Amino acid sequence: MNTLIESLRSALESIRAHAFRSLLTSLGIIIGVTSVIAVVSIVQGMSHTINAQFAGLGSNSLTLRSHTPFKQAMQGKFAKLTDSDMRAIERQVDGISHITPVLYAASGRRGGVTYRSQTANTNVMGIGPSYLRVNGVYPQLGRFFTPDDEKRRRLVCAIGEDLIEKLELPKDPIGEFFLIGSDWCKIVGVIERRGEILGFSQDDFILLPYATSRRIMGTTRRDLDIQVQLLVDDMNRLDEVKTRVRRVLRKEHNLKAGQPDDFKVQTAEQLTESFNAVIDTITAVSAGIVGISLLVGGIGIMNIMLVSVTERTREIGILKALGATRNDILLQFLIEALLLSLIGGLVGVALGYGLGALVSTMLPGFPPAVVPLWAVSLSFGFCAAVGIIFGIVPAAKASQLDPIDALRYE
Amino acid sequence: MSADSQESAIIQLRDVYRTYLMGDQSLDALAGVTLNIQRNEYVAVVGSSGSGKSTLMNILGCLDRASKGNYVLNGTDVGDMNENELAKVRNRQIGFVFQSFNLLGRASALKNVMQPLVYRGIPIAERKEIASEALVKVGLGDRMDHLPNELSGGQRQRVAISRALVGNPAILLADEPTGNLDSKTSREIMHLIDELHDQGQTIIMVTHEADIAKHCNRVISLEDGKVASDVKQVKSR
Repeated sequence: MNTLIESLRSALESIRAHAFRSLLTSLGIIIGVTSVIAVVSIVQGMSHTINAQFAGLGSNSLTLRSHTPFKQAMQGKFAKLTDSDMRAIERQVDGISHITPVLYAASGRRGGVTYRSQTANTNVMGIGPSYLRVNGVYPQLGRFFTPDDEKRRRLVCAIGEDLIEKLELPKDPIGEFFLIGSDWCKIVGVIERRGEILGFSQDDFILLPYATSRRIMGTTRRDLDIQVQLLVDDMNRLDEVKTRVRRVLRKEHNLKAGQPDDFKVQTAEQLTESFNAVIDTITAVSAGIVGISLLVGGIGIMNIMLVSVTERTREIGILKALGATRNDILLQFLIEALLLSLIGGLVGVALGYGLGALVSTMLPGFPPAVVPLWAVSLSFGFCAAVGIIFGIVPAAKASQLDPIDALRYE
Repeated sequence: MSADSQESAIIQLRDVYRTYLMGDQSLDALAGVTLNIQRNEYVAVVGSSGSGKSTLMNILGCLDRASKGNYVLNGTDVGDMNENELAKVRNRQIGFVFQSFNLLGRASALKNVMQPLVYRGIPIAERKEIASEALVKVGLGDRMDHLPNELSGGQRQRVAISRALVGNPAILLADEPTGNLDSKTSREIMHLIDELHDQGQTIIMVTHEADIAKHCNRVISLEDGKVASDVKQVKSR
């Protein structure tokens, strides 16, 4: 223990004596750790926000959408999910408490909307009455659609908060009219704010009654591609419902055994999972980068330590003459390497966090940076390992020096 | 030499060889040296270059080991010791003074003197106390915080002597202690070493200057790795 403290003391002295060189030595480590902490803090910040968002989606909801297998896409055939598919599911699958179509006008023509002199583009969605329940959102001003709106295909809409700003609508826009394409539409509700995911606003949309949206799209064709969202009444039956839905859709689409599905059934959990998979990939890639830069940094440390051992050969000789054992010398140089590496890590963590915080505040709509403890401890762990692994060779070299040769060294 | 003096001798060398292998040739730097040195002797080791005096000093200082023969220092046979045990012996029994001072360049005078005590596991506060006392003794009480390059040659050698003695070693080994000093400073340093001898310190000194050897009360001259003459004398100052 005593030896350890002494080694630490002399290592610190030596680092202080060569402050600038020590900084350059640690630079590789600093850069590596800085970049990984910056990336991780930004990615983790996103992941936090997004997971919170998905949690609001409800874990017992299913989303169905068309999905064209690659082979068919090459043949120019595109899969669709239609009105009649939805009705078939409604009729044939038990255990569904709510089901709603979602017709994205944006997928055909991104709706240009106009209010007085302001024109903006936004997502126009036609939805069924269950949409609010499935997505867990509610109007904060005004009302939602009535069955009558749907039946009469009334030109009424509920808007996301962003539109108030985009179109310079009054603070309370209920009762105002604006143009969607060539149709005048009355605002009856404003949906409560949902925030942002990955910098994309979740409040930039217009909701229309499903029937109205079909009318505005300018067609009464039955085979528009829609999405279907549904809520399962019993969580435990989620998988069962999923299987049933799949069977019904395959039958509706006349798919033979062996043909791939031309649709996708996704749970909210799957969305989270696939998102987390992306996050994990980014984290793994940045871990790989940091691994490489730590390797480079470690080689830098080893290089300088070897130079330092040669430079201090005489000093080592003196210390041995004064009674330093091999272990004393080994420990002194090893701790110096370890310390260089850890200081690099410390500076790197601080810089990385600063950089992450800077980026996330500079870029509008980015969630705040979060540095998880595991990233910090992992960084330090790696730094320590690098320090020891790359410090051991120079330290061993120093400790093995013959005192007579070392004393004679010029 | 009587049996009595042999037993009480602080240094006993028995037929010591040190053989270097150079390719397929072997060279005896020491070829059968037998010596007894008593407590409080003041010994000069003289000889031309290549006579083996440095090798002898290295062996006496436990920096090197004899290829053959016995070396008993202060009652312990150091011939069978491993590296760590030798380091401990160097730390406790031996004080080195070198021609080129060999101070730690980055450390103050005080820290230089404290360094041997580090390896004895003495806590830092106590180390400081012992070391500053040692520096006061050699007349450098007001230079403790100076770095070696801020000190004159004589002052540096005083720091080195103070460092060599701080742990109360059994023997003081001095290798040409005045070799890098002008004649006035040399006299001062020799005066200091003489004083140490008067206080009872055992001193062994390598020198090639007859003037310096005169200070000692025994002169051992080496030739081709063997003791050519071993003369006791009355020291003159």
